[in-house]
Amino acid sequence: MTTTLPAYDEVVARYEPVIGLETHVELGTNTKMFCGCPTDFGGAPNTRVCPVCLGLPGSLPVANKAAIEATIRIGLALNCSIAEWCRFARKNYFYPDMPKNFQISQYDEPLCVDGYLDVEVNGELVRIGIERVHLEEDTGKTLHVGGATGRIHGATESLVDYNRAGIPLVEIVTKPVPGTGALAPEVARAYVTELRDVIRSLGVSDVRMEEGSLRCDVNTSLNLPGQEWGTRTETKNVNSLRSVERAVRSEMLRQASVLDAGGKITQETRHFHEDSGDTTPGRSKETATDYRYFPEPDLVPLAPDTAWVAELKAALPELPRLHRRRLQKQWGLSDLDMQSVLNAGAVELIEQTVAAGATPAAARKWWLGELSRRANETGVELADVGATPGQVAELQGLVDAGKLNDKLARTVLEGVVAGEGSPTEIMTNRNLEVVSDTGALTAAVDEAIAANPGIADKVRSGKVAAAGALVGAVMKTTRGQADAKTVRELILERLGAQG
Amino acid sequence: MAAISREEVAHLARLSRLAVTEEELDTFAGQLDVILQSVAQVGEVAAADIPPTSHSVPLTNVLRDDVVVPGLTPEEALSGAPDAEEQRFRVPRILDEDVAS
Amino acid sequence: MTDLTRLTAAEVADLVASGGTSAVEVTQAHLDRIAAVDDRVNAFLHVDTEGALAAARAVDERRAAGEELGPLAGVPVAVKDVLTTKGVPTTVGSKILEGWRPPYDSTLVQRLRAAGTVMLGKTNMDEFAMGSSTEYSAYGPTHNPWDLSRIPGGSGGGSAAALAAYEAPLAIGSDTGGSIRQPGAVTGTVGAKPTYGGTSRYGLVAFSSSLDTPGPCARTVLDAALLHQVIGGHDPRDSTSIPQPVPDVVGAAKLGATGDLTGVKLGVVTEFTGEGAEPGVMAAFRESVEALAKLGAEIVEVSCPHFKYALPAYYLIAPSECSSNLARFDGVRFGLRTGDDGNRSLEEVMSLTREAGFGPEVKRRIMIGTYALSSGYYDAYYGQAQKVRTLITRDFTSAFEQVDALISPTTPFVAFPIGARTSDPYQMYLADLFTIPTNLYGGPAISVPCGLSDGLPVGLQIMAPTMADDRMYRVAAALESTVGTFTPPAL
Repeated sequence: MTTTLPAYDEVVARYEPVIGLETHVELGTNTKMFCGCPTDFGGAPNTRVCPVCLGLPGSLPVANKAAIEATIRIGLALNCSIAEWCRFARKNYFYPDMPKNFQISQYDEPLCVDGYLDVEVNGELVRIGIERVHLEEDTGKTLHVGGATGRIHGATESLVDYNRAGIPLVEIVTKPVPGTGALAPEVARAYVTELRDVIRSLGVSDVRMEEGSLRCDVNTSLNLPGQEWGTRTETKNVNSLRSVERAVRSEMLRQASVLDAGGKITQETRHFHEDSGDTTPGRSKETATDYRYFPEPDLVPLAPDTAWVAELKAALPELPRLHRRRLQKQWGLSDLDMQSVLNAGAVELIEQTVAAGATPAAARKWWLGELSRRANETGVELADVGATPGQVAELQGLVDAGKLNDKLARTVLEGVVAGEGSPTEIMTNRNLEVVSDTGALTAAVDEAIAANPGIADKVRSGKVAAAGALVGAVMKTTRGQADAKTVRELILERLGAQG
Repeated sequence: MAAISREEVAHLARLSRLAVTEEELDTFAGQLDVILQSVAQVGEVAAADIPPTSHSVPLTNVLRDDVVVPGLTPEEALSGAPDAEEQRFRVPRILDEDVAS
Repeated sequence: MTDLTRLTAAEVADLVASGGTSAVEVTQAHLDRIAAVDDRVNAFLHVDTEGALAAARAVDERRAAGEELGPLAGVPVAVKDVLTTKGVPTTVGSKILEGWRPPYDSTLVQRLRAAGTVMLGKTNMDEFAMGSSTEYSAYGPTHNPWDLSRIPGGSGGGSAAALAAYEAPLAIGSDTGGSIRQPGAVTGTVGAKPTYGGTSRYGLVAFSSSLDTPGPCARTVLDAALLHQVIGGHDPRDSTSIPQPVPDVVGAAKLGATGDLTGVKLGVVTEFTGEGAEPGVMAAFRESVEALAKLGAEIVEVSCPHFKYALPAYYLIAPSECSSNLARFDGVRFGLRTGDDGNRSLEEVMSLTREAGFGPEVKRRIMIGTYALSSGYYDAYYGQAQKVRTLITRDFTSAFEQVDALISPTTPFVAFPIGARTSDPYQMYLADLFTIPTNLYGGPAISVPCGLSDGLPVGLQIMAPTMADDRMYRVAAALESTVGTFTPPAL
């Protein structure tokens, strides 16, 4: 079926969107949620398993303290209330990647409830309500064999690896977010971005969407102005920040075309396709399983006491948004300049470079200039460009000490990126230090004056600007290793002119 | 009045992944009806203000330190598997509609 | 020459420790006895001859080397097939686990090994511990040594029958609604259900997680206490395990054996002395109550008004938990797989596997539990049953403000003929009428032989407050000191 989708502007002129997001974050604990198996990636199949995470008869779960604390910290960072008492629950459904055929999760008693996260969109603050933050266990990985490229459809058999089964998974659910209008897709993206930064700042997960440690489901509905909210769909499989934005937009367009044609939106799960950018229907909610939740009898209740929560709260880092604001002030940047730092993904790098001794201006110059250019050229993240904040600060230190000029510094930085060693090592090994010995410089200056008598006369007669040609000549004979400013001063001095 | 119909028993069997026979359905429908009518007595106790008990032990916050403990070798893990391939548990094809969240 | 199979566990341990016999001799005597009688009793699903003899030799070597031995070193134990045993078949009485050799030991079995006891093998049980007669075992019923045409109780009929048939001096059971006590009562043996959380469930194949409690079975109260001491105590692998030491059950059993109950106040549960129990059972019970009074105990009547709701609440809670616990038996990671012909889908194969692997009682309970947890019925069934659980706990709490322990018959009837109740599941459920309240509350209870009715054993149940397991041992040992033990006719 091909329908012509309406234009986005028309859609947001006619309908009001309501969005909601469910985000799953794999915690970076050493061990799984309910057993002592390691959580590290990349092991051969079924090498990170024990009776508990394989669901063998007789095995029992014991909750990981670090995972509970990480969840409470996420809840606190999202301004949630922490439950004084809550229980795990079993979510019952059959699926082979779930070893017990139930998932230990939380149902009506989540660990954290009722918070919010403020995000900035186009310079404006949007408050996203947080419904709940709860803890559950991840499933194993199923490999579908015999069908097309690992798809379940058409497969003749499947192979299951339980290495990932039981990894702690935090689910963060927003309240419905109305009133964002045309900005809905951008708000969704800004929320996931900010949530990612918050969780990263807590150090509880590496939150990499491309590796699946942060996964997102997006709920979207449309309604006519002044009317009740529409039926929502839940789009799964949204695995990049860009996709979050595209998924909301594409679903708004699709729903508008259905509604325009007098149709009804079916409450259903839809799957997002990275390649086409659109969604296709999945399981309809009418045939959805009754999960038969009940309190997990093998785990006793959680009752985080006030002192424990207070201790975790006291140790929370500054929130990324407030942190950024403070840095912007410290660095003396305009909103626009700060935005370019953010866009380049350079906030932490500049911060660490400053911490290593560079001025904010110098740190920003290197990261947004030379290094960003290089990252773009080679198609890597700025953080992976090959230079560390410590090296950049060291480089700037050599410039400040007059040992390197700007051109030499750039040569040294190339060496750093190429992995030749520290800036000082590269400078020494490649003999790139600025010639500061005035005796040698004076000889070179005298040589240049002698070789260019006409220019020398012009300078003597007061045409100071002509000295540039002599400076160039000196720089040439010293292979750029002289400090241009010193050279110029020497020339003017020899020729009796004032600079 | 019956507490449960034959159709409902068939639905329960499907939910429980039990390929029960028609004969069994007849037997179970009658037996489950007797049992459910008997256990429905729990409804006699007016208990709006009574908190439910899920655990008889008065424990809370039983937690484990985040320390790796040796588990099973892949050979041990797969030792009881009805079918295995490439060090993984092999299962028959999964129907699309089985995919849950 | 002494028949080593007729000794108590305490006597065997002393004899081994003093060098009067060897662990190998004791073990061989029991293996011989099993070989002689078990084709008629069917108490064992698996006899681990080699493992048992190896464990016995290790004990003898340690003794020869002058090592300190535990209080039960060299004593044979039969283990209910509900506990995982590394490399030794564990079936839970079900076809769905036929041939499964677990890659790990349950905590209880680890403790038994560490204590130097000798595991003879795995005993028969109702499938997944669901039943009261051991007739629901997928491997044929166990026969009561008192009368081979009768049931030995259940679900742990194998463990109780092994004791009564002198195939083992000690056995492990598990009690969810009475599966240790009720077989103890009908075979004339002692069965104790410890406080929930007092013995580890790690490696106990779950039936109903919030109720399942493994515990000791023996022919004497002291033997049960000695075994309780070895298997009890905190286990960090079980979140519901109570982090406290085992109450001094051995000391209490020895104190009770002096026959003095002065200062002990016992409550007869009013609700369990009226209709519902056979006259012969009630007669034996009343005689025992008088005997206890003669030993100095003060006897009062205590009403527990909500106990009548225990059975319905239990038959909602246990099936609900079981419907979830048994979901993992799907033919993917372990156990049976049926119908995988290369064409069928996973769902079809799973359903065929579970259909073929589970017996009718297990299927009934799975379906009842699935029903009770469904969104439309949760509040009326499971939710309400959990409220009843609160009311029953309150009954116990208020009773224990008045008395030290509660007493009742263990079962409403003596061992019934095999086949008598299988056609009517609810009639079978009534066997656990008196034992279930304790499981819902979580406290300890013990069944001790108190007399005979028509030549068949009757048990008396003593229920104590949580973590006061020692109290019931004291009362049980006192009763035993006056009524004696009961020996079945020769097989």
